[in-house]
Amino acid sequence: MYKVERKTIIESVKGMLLESVKTLDKEVLDAFENARENERNPLAKNILDKILENHEIANSKDIPLCQDTGIVVCFLEIGRELYFDYDLDEAINVGVSQAYIEGYLRKSIVRHPLNRINTMDNTPAVIHHEFIPGNKLIIHIAPKGGGSENMSTLKMLSPSEGREGLIQFVLDTITKGGGRPCPPLIVGVGIGGNFEKCAWLAKKAILRPLGDVTENPVDRELEIELMERINKLDVGPMGLGGDATCIGVKVNSFPCHIASLPVAVNLQCHSARKSEVTLIGKEINHTNN
Amino acid sequence: MEKKLTTPITDEQIRTLKVGDEVLISGYIYTGRDAAHKNMIETIKKNEPLPFDVKDQVIYYVGPTPAKEDQIIGSCGPTSSYRMDKYSPYLMEKGLKVMIGKGDRSIEFNDVVKKYQGLYLLAIGGIGAKLSQCVVENTLIAYPELQSEAIRRLKVIDFPAIVAIDFEGNSIFTK
Repeated sequence: MYKVERKTIIESVKGMLLESVKTLDKEVLDAFENARENERNPLAKNILDKILENHEIANSKDIPLCQDTGIVVCFLEIGRELYFDYDLDEAINVGVSQAYIEGYLRKSIVRHPLNRINTMDNTPAVIHHEFIPGNKLIIHIAPKGGGSENMSTLKMLSPSEGREGLIQFVLDTITKGGGRPCPPLIVGVGIGGNFEKCAWLAKKAILRPLGDVTENPVDRELEIELMERINKLDVGPMGLGGDATCIGVKVNSFPCHIASLPVAVNLQCHSARKSEVTLIGKEINHTNN
Repeated sequence: MEKKLTTPITDEQIRTLKVGDEVLISGYIYTGRDAAHKNMIETIKKNEPLPFDVKDQVIYYVGPTPAKEDQIIGSCGPTSSYRMDKYSPYLMEKGLKVMIGKGDRSIEFNDVVKKYQGLYLLAIGGIGAKLSQCVVENTLIAYPELQSEAIRRLKVIDFPAIVAIDFEGNSIFTK
């Protein structure tokens, strides 16, 4: 059996959050630079300039890229050979709490959706768990903004609506969202499973690396076609028109019921903050127990 | 070329601005988003005084990150404006002239802006680090219990925005 120390998890979560709120992945920045080069709408080009300039200021002055430092979403891939003698979710939340309090990040979480009393440390995080072979713990983490989350959609399509119906639903989501989700977007699409599974797939999709190519040929073709058609919608940066409506489309699929065609569209704003870490478990010496 | 807009706002300034114009705002503006609006509208309905006189003023829909010791304000970009649509008419009735936020508003809101001869301005979302550099003063004036959603008076210099709904009710989103 192997173990990852509670302290290591707290420190990792805290560190990833503090870094991710002010730094985007290089491939995301490259995509914005590329979009700026190719943008034909002058106002859109100007906005892309400001997005890139904002990143420089955030980095050099240690200020969060966006005031909405999000609700923390965490996907855990837990090695089956790992042993936990503490509450893993609690450790994640301690890391979140420390990051938001010590890092001067905005606390945006309310205890109950109707009472709306702030929890004061941005906990709890939304945590998903999966098992993987081996002795590693992989933590994917994202401080996810509320604006783009609010414009995300889910629909149980009829199988007869098929591929084109699904594409239209995604395009409608982007069009109706307009500037509200802060485009240029990364669009996560979950297809199949059931009601909650497709939402989970869509969320997981936006956490894939921007350059990641899915192995499933059906999903791959869909990603390419959606990317092309979304960028012809003329939604543009902040919804004011332009070529750059999205910098990536990620599709994840899962088997589903003969009666169903569930689809979920999770939108990631241009402040596409995320991070991941792989922690290797240390072998536990049984003779000392 | 950007046009200068100085607070408090006059009708003359508003009438020179058309949809799509880029403006640079200087002077005092007030922060307020969902929870502060809810409080203010309850106050108006009870016929009690607002925490500040909104006449000829600007409200910026923002909930900044906390300032560190050596900072005036943290990251401070706009939040989505549509959530304030049902509150704003009450404040415009009291003389509020300008709102700054991001994204479109309800179609009916074009007529609200026209009725009160105001302006709705767009700030670019997700560039809160850059926008923080325009803020030179930051004073908490109401609802401290709302934390990031409290009302603050900010002094800004050349804060960039785009006219999204002008005094004639023309909208950048329904062009």
